[in-house]
Amino acid sequence: MEHIRKIFADERSDDHNAVGVSIERSDGLGHVTGKTQFYADRHYPGMLTLKMVRSPHHHAKILNVDTSAAEKMPGVVRVLTHADVPSNIYTILRLIQVEPNDEPVLAVDKVRFKGEAVVAVLAESEAIARDAVDAVRIDYEELPPVFDVEEALKPGAPLVNEYHGNNYFTYEGHHCRRVRYGDVEKGFAAADHVVEERYSSAPIEHAPVETTGCIVVPEANGRLTCYSNTQALFFTLDNAGLILNTPFQRLRLIGGTVGGGFGGKVDVITEPVAFLAADLTKRPVKFSYSREEEMQVSSPRAAERIYIKDGVMNDGRIVARQIRLYVDAGAYSRHSPYGTTKAAAHMPGPYTIPNVQVDAHCVYANRTPSSAMRGFGVTIGDFALEVQMDKIARLIGMDPMALRMLNAYRDGDAKAHGETTKGAALVEVMQEAAKLADWPLDGKYLSESSGKGG
Amino acid sequence: MARKRGRGLSAVNYPTGMNLGGDPSQALVHATTTGTFVVTLSSVDLGQGLKTVMTQICAETIGVPPDMVLIDTADTDTGPHCMGTFASRGTHRIGNAIVMAANEARAVLMEVAADELEVNATDLEADGKGAIHVKGAPTKSISVIETALAAHFKHGKTISGRGMFMAERSFPEPETGKMRPATCYAHACTIAEVEVDTETGEVEVLSLKSAYEVGRALNPKMVEQQIIGGAWMGISHALYETTEPYYPDRAHGPVDFNEYLMPGPGDLPEFGGVILERPASDGPYGAKGVGEMTANSPIPAIANAIFDAVGVRVDSLPITPEKVLRGILANEGALEPAE
Repeated sequence: MEHIRKIFADERSDDHNAVGVSIERSDGLGHVTGKTQFYADRHYPGMLTLKMVRSPHHHAKILNVDTSAAEKMPGVVRVLTHADVPSNIYTILRLIQVEPNDEPVLAVDKVRFKGEAVVAVLAESEAIARDAVDAVRIDYEELPPVFDVEEALKPGAPLVNEYHGNNYFTYEGHHCRRVRYGDVEKGFAAADHVVEERYSSAPIEHAPVETTGCIVVPEANGRLTCYSNTQALFFTLDNAGLILNTPFQRLRLIGGTVGGGFGGKVDVITEPVAFLAADLTKRPVKFSYSREEEMQVSSPRAAERIYIKDGVMNDGRIVARQIRLYVDAGAYSRHSPYGTTKAAAHMPGPYTIPNVQVDAHCVYANRTPSSAMRGFGVTIGDFALEVQMDKIARLIGMDPMALRMLNAYRDGDAKAHGETTKGAALVEVMQEAAKLADWPLDGKYLSESSGKGG
Repeated sequence: MARKRGRGLSAVNYPTGMNLGGDPSQALVHATTTGTFVVTLSSVDLGQGLKTVMTQICAETIGVPPDMVLIDTADTDTGPHCMGTFASRGTHRIGNAIVMAANEARAVLMEVAADELEVNATDLEADGKGAIHVKGAPTKSISVIETALAAHFKHGKTISGRGMFMAERSFPEPETGKMRPATCYAHACTIAEVEVDTETGEVEVLSLKSAYEVGRALNPKMVEQQIIGGAWMGISHALYETTEPYYPDRAHGPVDFNEYLMPGPGDLPEFGGVILERPASDGPYGAKGVGEMTANSPIPAIANAIFDAVGVRVDSLPITPEKVLRGILANEGALEPAE
């Protein structure tokens, strides 16, 4: 790929030795020759396999849990329920003061999505663990579920998560994350055209080659060492310490080799219960998601639904943009309250628009909890924004790149969230892409720049 | 029935990091007896090359070759705190922490070298090849190895440094959403060309031509690796992937790679790319986060190219052949349009 150095040359010195050089990736040879050691390449004598008994229902009361048959099976070492978890209810981002705790490590009195973990079994082999999962008897009373984000916000919808009291995350007293900048109604009134569209997406899997998992080894000195493929060691350690209600210094996380992350391994999901199981059994414990668990139980990218209403002038200037956005968090918060704020902050895209209003809702439904994924809070928003720009260009008969040039943010422009733009380069990437692909951009835009006065 | 071609465009930006939590990361740097610089972290390399880039940043700051730097990471017993590897934050946040730690270590290195050479530390520079010499007088020099040995066995000094990155935490204003959600922003523009089979609704991506502005390409080949990998993921998001094909209905969810489809190497288009660098004033050597963004711009560019080719808008991801075909038939008056 070509590096174009003449642009922004006056903002850059290129007199470096070790940066700007393509030295070989340190883990590349190990990966392609199969020599890299992942957590699952570790083997310990007496290691137990942990498997979860999962809810077959989307939303149900738990009436009774009977583990007696499973416990009697040869090779089953221990069965865990919520009663074994010292501090069972948590939320990952409590470490940065996101409240409330809303998710059980093991379900207590009800299940809120199909696949939710209710009982953990620990057995001498994976085959025995699978059989023991089948031997656990749980009686449920099904409750009406709600699956759709807008249905979930209607009065009378089934309440998904009692810890929130509503089917939405509350942002400082508001039912959504708000952005208010200028006056969109005034903008619409002055506009030559109003373009109102709906965009949506379905959940997406991170699809790592290596599924989520860990091994916890009890040490002779009473400490617990966890070999994990987490993307965030201290998120995991701190949350696990709180869940186990144990001194943090008893826990140790070793990781750093991951067979694909993409945000799917930022949740704290296999380690706390594996730590607990190893502590209670005094045996090494392995908890690895199957491919089916990875695809249907682990957090996907949130589905989103985005309504965009734009006020547009005949010359292409966008004078107002109103966004109503729904992030499908599923049954629990995980990272979605943060992702929804990030989605709101991203609006109205890299354009300078004088009137902007955003209502970004983080909605609970009886679905697999969603969480972080590459482009968190932005990917689906960009899809909606950039298709919307194409529609506007077609409507007013303007080249879609010229429309973006006209509205592109430049240094010094105010953003809807109140910051002042600096270091912008949208104009320049469009100019270079146009040259690369022979896009018929009007020559007058080739001399523009993102700098002040450009 | 025919195969029709179209082109589409998108332009995006992407925020570096997650300021809403302050987004801290720390680094420690120390020299061994023989002048190997060990960078101690708790950060995770996801396979994107984090350890390699951190090696380069430390080497550049101290002024030694990259092979004199070791990264010791991902053990909570030894490594200082890192928020984690996500939010396109690693290069920027951890890189900044290493620059700070390496500068502190470098100052000690230079003091010891100055004592050994009997000159002022401010008159010295490291040559990036393993030696320290007086500015303008390359022969008046001492090797980094000798300097480290002298620090350990003669001067009783630790060549070490502490560094951290933390943004001032931003709390959004509840009424207006006034906030500082990120530090710097990377940019991308993608032009997609597609061919749509009007009989089956299948979309073939012929080419993706993009320009990326990344602040500073600290390791250009690894930036390209992110761009190609991210574009591949973008194509997959646009045309193939979902865990719930009938969302919000939860039925028929795939459970393995026979059912969860993604494009293979044979489905990849021609890639064309150029890289621009407008250094971020707060980035390590100007670098911004680029990892996540590379998946974003291809998606709307492909959607817009499909409209250009066959006049069908599919505003719900993924854009499956079924949705495209229903759109084509609806345009012909043969079917009600799909969502």
